[in-house]
Amino acid sequence: MTTLLEIKGLSKSYPGVKANDDISFTIQEGEIHALLGENGAGKSTLVKMIYGLVKPDSGEMVLRGAAYAPAKPSVARTSGVSMVFQHFSLFEALTVAENITLGMDDAPNRKVLSEKIRTVSEDYGLPLDPDRLIGDMSVGERQRVEIIRCLLQNPRLLIMDEPTSVLTPQEVDTLFGTLRKLSADGVAILYISHKLDEILALCDHATILRMGKVVDTCTPKDETATSLAEMMIGGELDIHTQTTFSPGAEVLAVNGLSRTSADAFGTSLKDVNFSLRKGEVLGIGGVAGNGQDELLAVLSGEEKVGAKMISLNGVSIGAAGPNERREIGLLSAPEERLGHAAAPMMSLSQNAFLTGRIRKNLAPSGVMRASKINAFARNIIEQFDVRTPGIHVAAKALSGGNLQKFVIGREVLQAPEVLVVNQPTWGVDAAAAASIRQALRQLAASGAAVIVISQDLDELMEMSDTFSVLAEGRLSKPQPAKGLTIEEIGLMMGGDLEGAQQHVEA
Amino acid sequence: MLRLEQRQQPSKTMLYITPLLAVLATMVAGGVLFLAMGIDPFRAIYLLFIDPFADGYNLSQIFVKASPLILIAMGLSIGFRAGVWNIGAEGQFIMGAIAGGAVGLALWDYEGWWILPLMTLAAALGGALWAMIPAVLKIKFNANEILVSLMLVYVAENFIAVMAQGPLRDPNGFGRPVSKNLQHHAPTSLPDVFPALGIDAGGVVMLVLLALAFFLLQKHAMGFQIKLTGESPRAARFAGVKPGVIIAVCLGISGAAAGMAGLFELTGASGTINSDFGVGYGFTAIIVAFLGRLNPVGILLAGVVLAGTYIGGENAQFALKLPAAAVTVFQGMMLFFLLGFEILINYRVRRTA
Repeated sequence: MTTLLEIKGLSKSYPGVKANDDISFTIQEGEIHALLGENGAGKSTLVKMIYGLVKPDSGEMVLRGAAYAPAKPSVARTSGVSMVFQHFSLFEALTVAENITLGMDDAPNRKVLSEKIRTVSEDYGLPLDPDRLIGDMSVGERQRVEIIRCLLQNPRLLIMDEPTSVLTPQEVDTLFGTLRKLSADGVAILYISHKLDEILALCDHATILRMGKVVDTCTPKDETATSLAEMMIGGELDIHTQTTFSPGAEVLAVNGLSRTSADAFGTSLKDVNFSLRKGEVLGIGGVAGNGQDELLAVLSGEEKVGAKMISLNGVSIGAAGPNERREIGLLSAPEERLGHAAAPMMSLSQNAFLTGRIRKNLAPSGVMRASKINAFARNIIEQFDVRTPGIHVAAKALSGGNLQKFVIGREVLQAPEVLVVNQPTWGVDAAAAASIRQALRQLAASGAAVIVISQDLDELMEMSDTFSVLAEGRLSKPQPAKGLTIEEIGLMMGGDLEGAQQHVEA
Repeated sequence: MLRLEQRQQPSKTMLYITPLLAVLATMVAGGVLFLAMGIDPFRAIYLLFIDPFADGYNLSQIFVKASPLILIAMGLSIGFRAGVWNIGAEGQFIMGAIAGGAVGLALWDYEGWWILPLMTLAAALGGALWAMIPAVLKIKFNANEILVSLMLVYVAENFIAVMAQGPLRDPNGFGRPVSKNLQHHAPTSLPDVFPALGIDAGGVVMLVLLALAFFLLQKHAMGFQIKLTGESPRAARFAGVKPGVIIAVCLGISGAAAGMAGLFELTGASGTINSDFGVGYGFTAIIVAFLGRLNPVGILLAGVVLAGTYIGGENAQFALKLPAAAVTVFQGMMLFFLLGFEILINYRVRRTA
């Protein structure tokens, strides 16, 4: 095999974060090379440098023996490097052929192009009608258009950024067939994913990134999901630090909870069972897209399930809406701050009202009590150190960390029985993250139960009393976090529901 | 070169200035149009925009026209806030007039203060029920309310023609497809309240409802839910808002308001149910709602401006032989410029080096 692309010591920093730190690896002609890592590990930055979208601070690349430093994507494309993005850039009102013409530097006439689209797409098992409107196509079909657009330029390296996140399982199989055929024809593929099973099924080599560095390389077919997970989360994990854990009575019980996702690209929850006791912090880990959003939605009440599947203090609430659940003390804070947990253009006091109405009695007869609402908003700002000029500022104007402190503070100050948070410190600066974690611990210390869903294992190990993992919509049996090893967590992430059998209750 | 740069926060100043800019741009573009038609642009603009407001008689006429526009726009604006796009107010206006008018005709032999309120109630109900058709179809089948409500306008127009020829026709009307004149019959005639200002009982009801709408949107939890649904549907679901309820409430309110406006038009100005009853108030009200920034106070002002162009248009037809369609062109331009200028609320124009 000959080397296609050699990457030598690429580094890229953004203010406050080193996105890529001295990254080196090589891609061979015709191989399918996986780039594996958790969210924020630096995968996107790296491929943007390869595709000419981002300029590296230092380091160099060699493509087929010649120095390669693309100043912009069109240079990358003429050098034989193409990329299929997670988000497509297609015009819905135009046809397939028209869209493809737009992206080409030297487009042939329409008839020739249409014929070419037809043959190339059929050759690679992704049949496309060049005259169809994009607006009439499914997401999977739109992705085909993007792939064909790349293939028409005869690339030597095709970069695919999490291509399966928008596909149904059948479409994934088709895509894999295409990628294998491309590889057999000598086209190398750089495949970015955090889905372990896909990498095992598809890739020849894998480079694993963690916090901007290459931490390992391997041949996936010699590995297991567990060992890949271990490499991805790394060996430097701080093992559990919570010491005082004396749980009280059970508050929340989830029994046999299953829910088929309404969204074709969502994850269905399958037979989720757990119970939560007063004073307990349950950490739920796992890679994004394994049912985290869905679990939060069924717990918050945005999605309803069978009444008996969820009960709070013995009351069946599976079929209750968000406000009925708030009334009896089940509160939540979703991952997406702007547009889900908070309304971007509304003021902080209006956003305080958004979830605080019931428990804080802010509109007893339907009429909003301005002074009570404002006092509640001010209280959140003061107690949670939200840096903002005042309560009339739009949520959108706050920094991520400040808004997250506001969102968490809003729920904590309503004295919940159970609080469910998803990614509480995602995209938040270190100081704000620390104070959010502390607030959640304090809430648990005061007798409430807390569920923290997060992809940050360090965070989960720091905060949790018990720990489990969501893998493909199934929840592993919660284990005491104290004494858990990396191997055991890896097993759970690989889909072993019983987790570490050998791990005895501490 | 100029380029657009996103603002950190939407500009409050631009929010209020853009409607004025839209009116100014309409005057300029209209002036160019008149010049091309060989009409003195300054005189035409004066007659259309300034003259109507310059004398007392015209002023009262303006309010007579403005009152139904404002009432309908008030209802529409509540739905527009929630992202519920009722485009069929014209149909609800007609159905309200039929329902209220039918009650008045049925009670022709009675007298009493209670007849008009009862007719108003029937009109509100008629308009609201007509608006429930798109509401139910949207809730049950996710049918697009823009299309359904708009198409129901044409159904309503045909329905009123049938009513005027059949059940509601004046038996002593020599076979003409027109109902009895409700305006000329004391118990069903809308009384004037402040004749000098052109404010009749319908105008008073409109002002009261406008105040209620203001209260709903600013102070009531339902108004909050409506605004939240329009701004961020996902956050609304998280806040426990039931989307179906919001759709039904919004279409119900706007249908009822349009229905009442239809009755006031019937009992105040037009007098009879006939096939030409709908004159497009339901569509013009959409412009009023947007020009008024979906805000009750803004709608009051915008209604007066749009009504002014109706009166001005009539005057200009006499004085300058301006075609009747010119007013419609003007109203269309105003909406066009308004929507165009809206980009300035979230973006600022910068010069690039």
